[in-house]
Amino acid sequence: MNPRSVVTQVRFLFRRIGFYAVTAWAAITMNFLIPRLMPGSPENTVLSRFQGSVSQEQIDAVKAQLGVSDASLLSQYGTYWKDLLSGDLGVSVSYFPGDVSEVIGQGVWWTVILIGVATLISFVLGTFLGVLAAWKRGSRLDALLPLTTFLSAVPYFWIALVALSVLGVEMGMFPITGGYRPELQVGWSAEFISSALSHSVLPAFTIIVSSIAGWLLGMRNMMLTTISEDYVLVAEAKGLRTRRVMLAYAARNALLPNISGFAMSLGFIVSGSIVTETVFSYPGIGFLLFNAVLNNDYPLMQGIFLIITLMVLFANLIVDLCYVVLDPRIRQEA
Amino acid sequence: MAATATLATAETQPAPARARRGIPLLRSGKAVAGLVIFGTFVLLAVIGPWIAPHDPSKTGGPILQSPSGEHLLGTTQSGQDILSQVLEGARTSMLVGLVAATFATALAILIGVTAGYVGGWVDDTLSMLTNIFLVIPALPLTIVLTGYLEGGGWFPIAVVISVTGWAFGARLQRAQTLSLRNRDYIKAAKAIGERPWRIVTVELVPNLGAIIISGFLFTFIFAILTEASLSFLGLGDLGGTWSWGTTLYWAQNSSAFTTGAWWWYIPPGLCIALVGASLSLVNFGADELMNPRLSPVAKRERKRRRHAAGPVLGAATGAAAGADGPVPPARGDAPVPASAGKEPTP
Repeated sequence: MNPRSVVTQVRFLFRRIGFYAVTAWAAITMNFLIPRLMPGSPENTVLSRFQGSVSQEQIDAVKAQLGVSDASLLSQYGTYWKDLLSGDLGVSVSYFPGDVSEVIGQGVWWTVILIGVATLISFVLGTFLGVLAAWKRGSRLDALLPLTTFLSAVPYFWIALVALSVLGVEMGMFPITGGYRPELQVGWSAEFISSALSHSVLPAFTIIVSSIAGWLLGMRNMMLTTISEDYVLVAEAKGLRTRRVMLAYAARNALLPNISGFAMSLGFIVSGSIVTETVFSYPGIGFLLFNAVLNNDYPLMQGIFLIITLMVLFANLIVDLCYVVLDPRIRQEA
Repeated sequence: MAATATLATAETQPAPARARRGIPLLRSGKAVAGLVIFGTFVLLAVIGPWIAPHDPSKTGGPILQSPSGEHLLGTTQSGQDILSQVLEGARTSMLVGLVAATFATALAILIGVTAGYVGGWVDDTLSMLTNIFLVIPALPLTIVLTGYLEGGGWFPIAVVISVTGWAFGARLQRAQTLSLRNRDYIKAAKAIGERPWRIVTVELVPNLGAIIISGFLFTFIFAILTEASLSFLGLGDLGGTWSWGTTLYWAQNSSAFTTGAWWWYIPPGLCIALVGASLSLVNFGADELMNPRLSPVAKRERKRRRHAAGPVLGAATGAAAGADGPVPPARGDAPVPASAGKEPTP
């Protein structure tokens, strides 16, 4: 690789990192402004839950967090950033006196692993099916199209509900609620891991079924465009093996737009998965968010919004890294 | 409402082009199927509450009864008629979709067209804003925003959804505006001294018609799905307005899923899915008209291909032959017959 192309790559990555930094700043600022700009007075709801069981100091802390303060907006903003940078997301109302960051820390890995693995499977499987569907256009695989149209329009949580009642309750194949058997200790024991795995099958299945349609259709449509390129025809005329033409010539070039479509759908998949967690009472941050809303736990709600957004941004950055590796044009661009 | 007015002009303005475009869309089976399903639901949204056999909130009927003559879709745990809930819910869900899609489309036009037409730092700022909203996951943001709302029914929810859902359309419209901005007729309008406002509203926006409508449809699906998710999570208006999401919320709350009361949760979920699928079908139909390669091959051709040398080679040459002509312009100036993608006899 020549040094000039490395410079281009690095420049591309820095531009992306810059964009994500601005987006993160925007999300954090929105998070600060929302409780201060929205109508209503959440602090009353929150304080009525405490019913005199907390100290004046803690009440003041909650008030400050919800934007009930005599200080100027600017100095509040400064305090907000200072707290945030020291990892302080405030005190949770429903898990009182637990810290928001602590509560989120317990749930976040469940979500990251569940959504991460399910999305990866869905992407690989959907892309592969899309390649086949385009390559064998006119075969029985075309029957997938109306089905995927339907699936892409169904809300995740409804598929979750149907999966839960058919596969979980009627057929009793998988556990239907929680992330592991409650009597087990969380840890690296074989028993815990197998329990966690069997509990994750239904939520993961739901996420895969709901999100696979997007990858499949996107890949199929891109493939149909690349298949008609001259270089594919030439490759075939040269007598290269079918699989090589299909994967190394057509699919390889159709893959890039599918990956860049990732940014847009990632937020969508994460959103759907949050609701899926609720259906299965899965101990991730989606279920936490649901409980936070149920209990008017505004600090926890906002902390979760922030964490989810930052995670999505980070995932996007990783996708960009893959893009640099896969797309030679970014390297050649002067 | 300014938004509806803009939409109306978008549909009526370029009359001749529109007439030519209208017919090919109806030639696509997918688009017709989608329009028929969607039309049915619009009709239900209008007349649903009037033809509902019972008061959807009225309790006291038979409890958790499977579908019967008296209650066509059965009853809930507190004896409410589910068919009536679904009919009433059609109106709420479709209204949320309509209002949210209208506001979001108006925002998208405002931001996307301004960015594309004005250019410079305005474009940079607005594009940045659009990209930020595209990356931030919409549902958690919507949940947080709705969490701070105190009651108020479906309308504030629709507004919140439009605030989180405009970015996709804005991005498409900016791109299209950029490509239209340098066309001759816009340059001519500038040269004869038309005011910018008039160029944008009369010359530019009507020619974004197809993109605006497709963005509108996407936002419509997005809004209905989001409202359903919010209501399902208990964030909707649970005090008397019925939507498909609310019915699902009560079904989940009363463990309809573990007791096998399928008639409670299948109908509302199916309605959401059908509306969503119908709008996707319309969009796919339009896509295939503009890019015939995307459509599944017709049966006749499939048979013919079976007799050809090999299915794989056939597919490749067929697609290549289909691509010989220039790809039809996205605006559909020259309507492409749906058969354009079919291969000549190999």
